[in-house]
Amino acid sequence: MSDPKLKVRVATCSLAGCFGCHMSFLDIDERLLGLLELIEFDRTPLTDIKHCGPCDVGIVEGGVCNAENVHVLKEFRKNCKVLVAIGACAITGGIPAMRNNIDLWDCFQEVYQYEGGLEGHQVPNDPELPLPFDKVHPINEVVKVDYFLPGCPPSGDAIWRFLTDLLNGREPKLDYEMLHYD
Amino acid sequence: MGAPMSKTITIDGKSIPFKDGQTIMDAAMAADVYIPHLCHNPEFKPHGSCKLCTVKVNGRNVASCTMPAVEGQQVLSDTLELNDERLSLTQMLFVEGNHICPSCEKSGNCQLQAVAYYLGMMSPHYNHFYPQREVDASHPDMLLDRNRCIYCELCVRASRDVDGKSVFGLSGRGIGSTLVVNSTSGLLGDTNLAATDKAAQVCPTGALLKKRQGFTVPIGQRIFDHRTIKDVQLGEEHE
Repeated sequence: MSDPKLKVRVATCSLAGCFGCHMSFLDIDERLLGLLELIEFDRTPLTDIKHCGPCDVGIVEGGVCNAENVHVLKEFRKNCKVLVAIGACAITGGIPAMRNNIDLWDCFQEVYQYEGGLEGHQVPNDPELPLPFDKVHPINEVVKVDYFLPGCPPSGDAIWRFLTDLLNGREPKLDYEMLHYD
Repeated sequence: MGAPMSKTITIDGKSIPFKDGQTIMDAAMAADVYIPHLCHNPEFKPHGSCKLCTVKVNGRNVASCTMPAVEGQQVLSDTLELNDERLSLTQMLFVEGNHICPSCEKSGNCQLQAVAYYLGMMSPHYNHFYPQREVDASHPDMLLDRNRCIYCELCVRASRDVDGKSVFGLSGRGIGSTLVVNSTSGLLGDTNLAATDKAAQVCPTGALLKKRQGFTVPIGQRIFDHRTIKDVQLGEEHE
């Protein structure tokens, strides 16, 4: 089973998220070792590969809050046969979307100019910084998403159930207590 | 004076007894048959607005919380078609407001969330509206967060019919509806609402919350964390 050609290739990324879903993914603990017999990673924060190549499964954490998020998300959609939205932010916008009802400039001023303990008190304006959007959106408002795995974050057990269902060709199905939005 | 429970309707093929004056919902709940609902609460006059309790009666869709039970009705409730429609209605409630569960104190005790769990909602599906809604923290003991209001009118009914205060009302129509407060300033803090009022207890979501209660019961130990809304509400019916 360790022949790389037979392994399912998986990419993951975190857009406007907190990496909590990735941490929860690591919470499947020693089952990771068994999982690595079945999958190999393409782009993920774990491999530090910068661009996503052709993959079987793409797992996206976080919503879309800036132009770079859209580029990454479209790259994932283009390269992944199955795209999975993981966590509240990817599915609803989540906590970052709480800024959706606040003017973006007001947000920036609050964070970069008025907040205490800052040096310079200016809003970052480097051309390399991605263009921020006025609203944060869930990823299914930008690309087609095949599966949703809710939770903030989904538990390690829920992630394990989801992945093992998917890898075994079953329609992923969570038990009642595994399905939660908080 | 005759057998009091001699009349019956049929729900999903099961014979359900009822008394005159009962709705389909009343008869179903009494017989341990769960029909998903949000704006209905057996303690109050039915409102019939959320439409989650829609059932098919003799081929027509009706709200079971307002439709009187009538001898011989053939009711379909727990069907794939009706549950799909209930799921769509629930998803629309989610995208119409700002329901950000990870930031909400009511999470785990919220009936909107619990119904979504019951119906297996994996995503809100529709594009989010992210509407602009007002938060009112002016009351010393209560928080009114309109982002989470689903316009069920339970607080309106409780305040008017039980507390006799008429603190709340709905204003506007359709997507422009908003929950308004009966004070000159429009602020909750300028009303005579008390945290002990019935109106302060009935919100199915986190729109009307008691202050300083937030996480006295931790996430993971809340009402719907381990029990479905079906089991909880049928249990309450028989208390």
